[in-house]
Amino acid sequence: MELVVTNAVASVGPAYSSRPEDIGWFILALPLFASLAIALFLHRNRTLTLFFSVGGVVAAFLLSWVLFFTFGVTGLKAVPSPFPWFHAGGLNVNLGLAVDGLSTVMLLVVTGVSALVQFYSTAYMRDDRGFARFFASLSFFTFSMLGIVLSDNLVMMFVFWELVGFSSYLLIGFWFEREAAADAAKKAFLTNRLGDFGFLLGIILVWSLTGNVQFDELAAKLKADPNALGVWSSVVGLLIFCGAMGKSAQFPLHVWLPDAMEGPTPVSALIHAATMVAAGVYLLCRAFFLFQATTAWPAALAFLGSISALDIIAVIGGGTALLAALIAIQQNDIKRILAYSTLSQLGYMVMAVGVGGPDAAMYHLTTHAGFKALLFLGAGSVIHACHHEQDIWKMGGLGRKLPVTFRTFVIGTAALAGFPLFTSGFYSKDAILVASVRHGHPILFGLGVLIASMTTFYMVRLVIVAFLGRSRSSSAEHAHESPIQMTWPLVVLAIPSIGLAWLPLGQYLTEHFFGSRVAVEEGGLFGPFNHAPLAATFGTGAIIFGAWAAIATYWNAESDPLPRSLAFWSRVLRNRFYFDEIYEALFIPIQDGLAAVCGWVDRWVMSGLLVRGVHGTTELAGRALRMVQTGNLQTYTFLFVGGVALIILIAL
Amino acid sequence: MHATLNHYLVVSVLLFSLGLFGVLARRNLLVIYMGLELMLNAANLALVAFSRYNANLNGQVMVFFTITVAAAEVSVGLALIVALYRKRQTAHVEDLTSLKL
Repeated sequence: MELVVTNAVASVGPAYSSRPEDIGWFILALPLFASLAIALFLHRNRTLTLFFSVGGVVAAFLLSWVLFFTFGVTGLKAVPSPFPWFHAGGLNVNLGLAVDGLSTVMLLVVTGVSALVQFYSTAYMRDDRGFARFFASLSFFTFSMLGIVLSDNLVMMFVFWELVGFSSYLLIGFWFEREAAADAAKKAFLTNRLGDFGFLLGIILVWSLTGNVQFDELAAKLKADPNALGVWSSVVGLLIFCGAMGKSAQFPLHVWLPDAMEGPTPVSALIHAATMVAAGVYLLCRAFFLFQATTAWPAALAFLGSISALDIIAVIGGGTALLAALIAIQQNDIKRILAYSTLSQLGYMVMAVGVGGPDAAMYHLTTHAGFKALLFLGAGSVIHACHHEQDIWKMGGLGRKLPVTFRTFVIGTAALAGFPLFTSGFYSKDAILVASVRHGHPILFGLGVLIASMTTFYMVRLVIVAFLGRSRSSSAEHAHESPIQMTWPLVVLAIPSIGLAWLPLGQYLTEHFFGSRVAVEEGGLFGPFNHAPLAATFGTGAIIFGAWAAIATYWNAESDPLPRSLAFWSRVLRNRFYFDEIYEALFIPIQDGLAAVCGWVDRWVMSGLLVRGVHGTTELAGRALRMVQTGNLQTYTFLFVGGVALIILIAL
Repeated sequence: MHATLNHYLVVSVLLFSLGLFGVLARRNLLVIYMGLELMLNAANLALVAFSRYNANLNGQVMVFFTITVAAAEVSVGLALIVALYRKRQTAHVEDLTSLKL
C-alpha cells in the first residue's frame, strides 16, 4: 500500500489567501500552545502559567464569537480549507475545519465554560503541588475538545476523540497518589476504549462502503442516494453510536462517569459535566445524516425488521436517563448526585437524537453545559467551604453561610429541573418533549416527563438537605463563603442559566438542522405553551409534582426517610443497581483468564524461550570458548598451526 | 648426483618442521625465538630455490627484503625479551600467562 505524507504547508500553494474561517486554526492552536509552553518551560512559575493558560482560552473564547457572528448567525457556508494529511491506498484524509452553525455554538460552549473553570481553579487549586500540571492538562483538554468540535472528517475527529480520552485520564487521575483516583482514571480510559473500538469499526465501514470520510461529502452522497450504505446502513449508525456511548456514558458503558468524580471538582465541572461527555451527543448531531439513511439490516440481523438505529439509540438514551435518575435519588455524596444527574441528562439528549430531534439535543446540550457547570462549581465551593466534606447529610444550613453559592446553586437547580418561563432548562427540555411527541414516540414522551419529575425531586432534595435546616456537623457549622475567584464564575454561569431562555437559540438550531423544511416555532417566553401546550403542561406538572414530593419528604428531615419506607429498593438504588458488582462478576473472570494466558505466553514463550533463550545460548557459547583462552603462548601457536594446516588441507 | 628443486624443498621442510617443533615444545623464550628464525630461513630457502629453478629473480629480491626486515625484527624481539626478563625475572612461557581473562 502506498503511503504518502504530504507536506501540509507546501501544498497550500499560491492560491492561498486569508479567510475569516481560518480563525478556527488559531482557536485550535491557542490552548495547545499554552499547554506545551506550561509543560515544557513555565511549570515553575505560577503567574506565567496562569497568564498563558487563562489567556489562551479567553482569547479562544473571544475569537469564537467572531466565528459565531460570521458563520453561525448568518448561516454562511465556510469554504473548506483542507490541508492534505495523508493518503494510503484509497483513503484520503485531510486536516480541515468544519465551521458552521453547529460547531460555532459548540465552540462558544467549550471555550466559555473552559475559561470560567480555569478562573475558578486559580483559587480552588491554589495550594496544590501539581498547580502547573493541572493547568497544562486543562489546556490540553481544551485543545482536544476543540479539535473534536472543529473536525470536518471522521478520521481527524477520531484522533481528537482519543486525545480527549487521554486528557480525561490525566485529569481524573490528577491526584494519582490516591488509589481510588488512579483506579477511576483507568476505568474511564478502558471503558471509553470499548466504545471507541466500535466507533473505529464504524469509520472503517463508512469508508469501505462510500470511500469517503468527509462529513459534508458524505452528507451530500447520502442525500443524493439514501441507499448508499446498502444493508449496512443501520449497523453503521449503531457502530458510530458506540463511540458516543463511551464518551457520553450511555448504558451499558455508563459506569465510568460517577467514578470520574475522583478528579478535582473543576475537572468534573468542565469535562465530566459540560464538555467532554457532550462530545458523544455532538458526534450524533454532527453525523445525524448517517442515521437518516434507509433502515436496512444485514441478513444476520434481519429479525430487527423496521426498527431503525435511531429507535435503538432513543431507547438506550431513555433507559440511561431513567436508570441514572433513579440512582441519583438515593445518593448522599453531593458530587455523585450531580454525576448521576449528568448521566441522566445525557441520556435525555441521546433520546432526543434518537426520536429525530438533533436540534433539541444540541439545545439541551448548550443549556445543560451552562447550568451543570454552575452546579458542579457550586458543589466545589461547598466542598471547599466544608473542608472536603462531600456527604450532604453532614452539611445543612449552608444557605446562610454561603449566600452567593446558595443563590447561584438554586438558580442552577431551577434550570436543571426546568422551572417554567425563567430558566433555560425549561425551554430545552420542552424542545425534547415536543420532539418525542411530534415524531410519534408517546412512551418516550411519558418517560421524559417521569424523568423530569425525578430530576426535580433529587435536586430539591439536595438543596433542602445541604443548604437549609440546621448544620449537622462541625465543618458545616464553621463554613464560610469561598474566595471571590470562586464565586464570580458562579454568578457569570448563572446568567446563561436564565438568560439563554430569552435568546432564540432553539429556533437557530432547528434552522441549522432542518433549514426551511420545518416551520420555525414562534419564540417568546410563552412560546412552548402556545405551539405545544401538551408537552409544556406535562413538563410543568412533572416539576411541580417532583418539587412537592421532595419538600414533603425532606423538609426539616434529620436523616433520609426513604431507606426505611423503600427498604429493599433503596438499598438497590444506593448501590447503583449493583452494576459494578455485576460487571465484576461477569467480566473480571474472563478478563483475568485472558490476562493470565497472555501473562503465561509473555513470561514463558516471549521472555523465557525467545529472549532468555537467545541470551542463554550466547552466554553458554561464550563460557565454552573462554576455556580455550589459557594464556599459554604455545597453546595458541599450536591451535594456530592446526588451523592453518586445516585450511591448507581444505584448500588442496 | 645432481641437486633438484625437490632436494632443496625437502631441506626447507625439514628446517621448517624443526623450527616449529622448537616453538611448540621448548619453554625458554630465547629458544622459541631461535625456532622462529629457523622457520623464517626455511621459507627463505624455499623462495631462493623456486627463484633459481624458475629462472625468475623475483623470489631472490623478496628474500633480500625478508632478511632486512628479519634483522630489524630480531633486534626488537631480543630487546623485548630482555625487557620482559628484567621485569618478570623469567623467560619461561608457562610463567607468562597474563593475557588470559
